[in-house]
Amino acid sequence: MSANLINMLLEATLQTLYMVAISGALGTIFGLPIGVYLAVSQRGELLSSPAVNKVLGLVVNATRSVPFIILVVAIIPFTRLIAGTSIGTTAAIVPLTIAAVPFIARLVENAIREVDSGLIEAARAMGATPLQIIRKVLIPEALPGITLGLTLAVVSLIGYSAMVGAVGGEGLGDLGIRYGYQRFMPEVMLAVVVILIVLVQQVQSLGEGLARLVDKRAPRNRGR
Amino acid sequence: MAEKQTTGAAISFAALGKSFEKKGSGQVMALEDVSLDVPAGTITGIIGRSGAGKSTLLRMVNGLEQPTTGSVTVAGHDVGRASAAKLRHIRRDVGMIFQHFNLLSSRTVYGNVALPLEIAGVPSAEIKPRVDDLIARVGLEELSRRYPAELSGGQKQRVGIARALATRPKVLLSDEATSALDPETTQTVLKLLADINRDLGLTILLITHEMAVVRDIASHVAVIDGGRIVEQGTTYDVFADPKHSTTRSFLSGITGVTLPSFIADRLQPERPQGAAQEVIRITFAGRHATDPMLAMLTSELGIAVNILAGAIEEIGPHPFGNLLVSVEAGRGAEARAYLERHELLTEVLGYVG
Ligand SMILES: Nc1ncnc2c1ncn2[C@@H]1O[C@H](COP(=O)(O)OP(=O)(O)OP(=O)(O)O)[C@@H](O)[C@H]1O
Ligand SMILES: [Mg+2]
Repeated sequence: MSANLINMLLEATLQTLYMVAISGALGTIFGLPIGVYLAVSQRGELLSSPAVNKVLGLVVNATRSVPFIILVVAIIPFTRLIAGTSIGTTAAIVPLTIAAVPFIARLVENAIREVDSGLIEAARAMGATPLQIIRKVLIPEALPGITLGLTLAVVSLIGYSAMVGAVGGEGLGDLGIRYGYQRFMPEVMLAVVVILIVLVQQVQSLGEGLARLVDKRAPRNRGR
Repeated sequence: MAEKQTTGAAISFAALGKSFEKKGSGQVMALEDVSLDVPAGTITGIIGRSGAGKSTLLRMVNGLEQPTTGSVTVAGHDVGRASAAKLRHIRRDVGMIFQHFNLLSSRTVYGNVALPLEIAGVPSAEIKPRVDDLIARVGLEELSRRYPAELSGGQKQRVGIARALATRPKVLLSDEATSALDPETTQTVLKLLADINRDLGLTILLITHEMAVVRDIASHVAVIDGGRIVEQGTTYDVFADPKHSTTRSFLSGITGVTLPSFIADRLQPERPQGAAQEVIRITFAGRHATDPMLAMLTSELGIAVNILAGAIEEIGPHPFGNLLVSVEAGRGAEARAYLERHELLTEVLGYVG
């Protein structure tokens, strides 16, 4: 493999990491509060507001049911508005983020709903406000689940990022298609696949390690 | 140790009613016309069967449930009608412990005890000494950096108690706090509650389905059945002279005084024809408890007494006993009159032919 190819692979890997990192971070910033709100606004919950919950749930579901590749194309005008351009790595972050937000919101919602209702009751009995309950009870207690959810989201984003070549998003997937498939260079395809596997493995074990670190629910040897 | 605190608050339930919307249709009356005064500084037990409405009653005290009718007042504040902000304030005066502890798994022992103080906005400099003090009070100094998952049930409940005391409440609510614990651990937790009541003077309202818990630490008791209070009074009076059948069945549960099955199976409510025995429950209370009453019954009246079952124990400083005996049916009334004259309580349970 030529030095040129290696450089291209390296660049494409960095582009993928860049897109995934930024869209993952933005997805979390927006998805986390939405997920928390979805969980606590259900009927009978902390900030019970069934109507708003229902509407928000519908929006989230609608966004999630659009196939990613269609989403990318469909929101091109919006992407141009936000990123100033509709092509390139930075522009690709817009659809990636829009796909990540509802996905992360649902994962966070599930993690929050797993929290034992007895803890919410205990906090209410202490005189906590709903916001205090969210900050001091729900999020810390759901953290292992949230961490695993975010891991899943990042792995999915790595997959999605391979599709944004359609808007000139570049990155590993784009490289694989253009060189490995269109120019028939199977070694490039192979290298891309290997790098993606390694990336996903690393993200997965990093995420699981973090989740274990924040999970204090089961006793185990923590070396002390 | 923590400074002395002698300001328990009185709790008063007035004509309290609570109904829940049932899924589907209709309503469940969880509580009906409950009136009860819990004197400040006492340990009051509320006992009842599953579904009797105990938890619902307790949860009214800190506003986790709102009354449908009537009112609950704590230290003069009407809990049911308090605004959200006022309610949060009242809740700092009312600590609560739970059957399943409800500790945050993500926080250490220290962190759990600190939580109510963080919530109340206590400055962080004041939190540490207070938390250390509370952890020492419940005897968990060695474990303050551990997580709940690393503790036994009894230790978890101690954390729960320390946490409930953090904001220096005037009332402590206990919802079946010992039901998940073994008998020995139950005793140590009850002792801790009794010590806290004595040292801090706060009012403890505890619910349980075990009469033994009431006997061991409560000075007052209310019996709840089907959402109504069917009996209330000092523990001693209720134990000595239970009026309601629910109370009696709870009592027979703890005193271990039940009829042997070969008698119970043959017991009939009406006196049969011919030779029969009358089965009587005798409750010994106060100074008569230790008198050799049955021997005197035999020697003075010549009535032979068969002892079927019995137990004598103490409620607070008082001896208290329960005996099940049988006498020849024809002389039952005479025997009972004699015992009543000596201030013993009797009750005919039935006859065996
Ligand atoms: N949130 C609720 N919605 C509907 N019904 C309820 C609710 N809470 C309690 N109930 C009903 O009210 C009645 C009393 O319940 P409560 O939990 O107070 O009983 P309990 O005496 O504490 O029983 P246990 O010993 O089993 O804890 C029951 O019939 C129960 O089904
Ligand atoms: Mg209950």
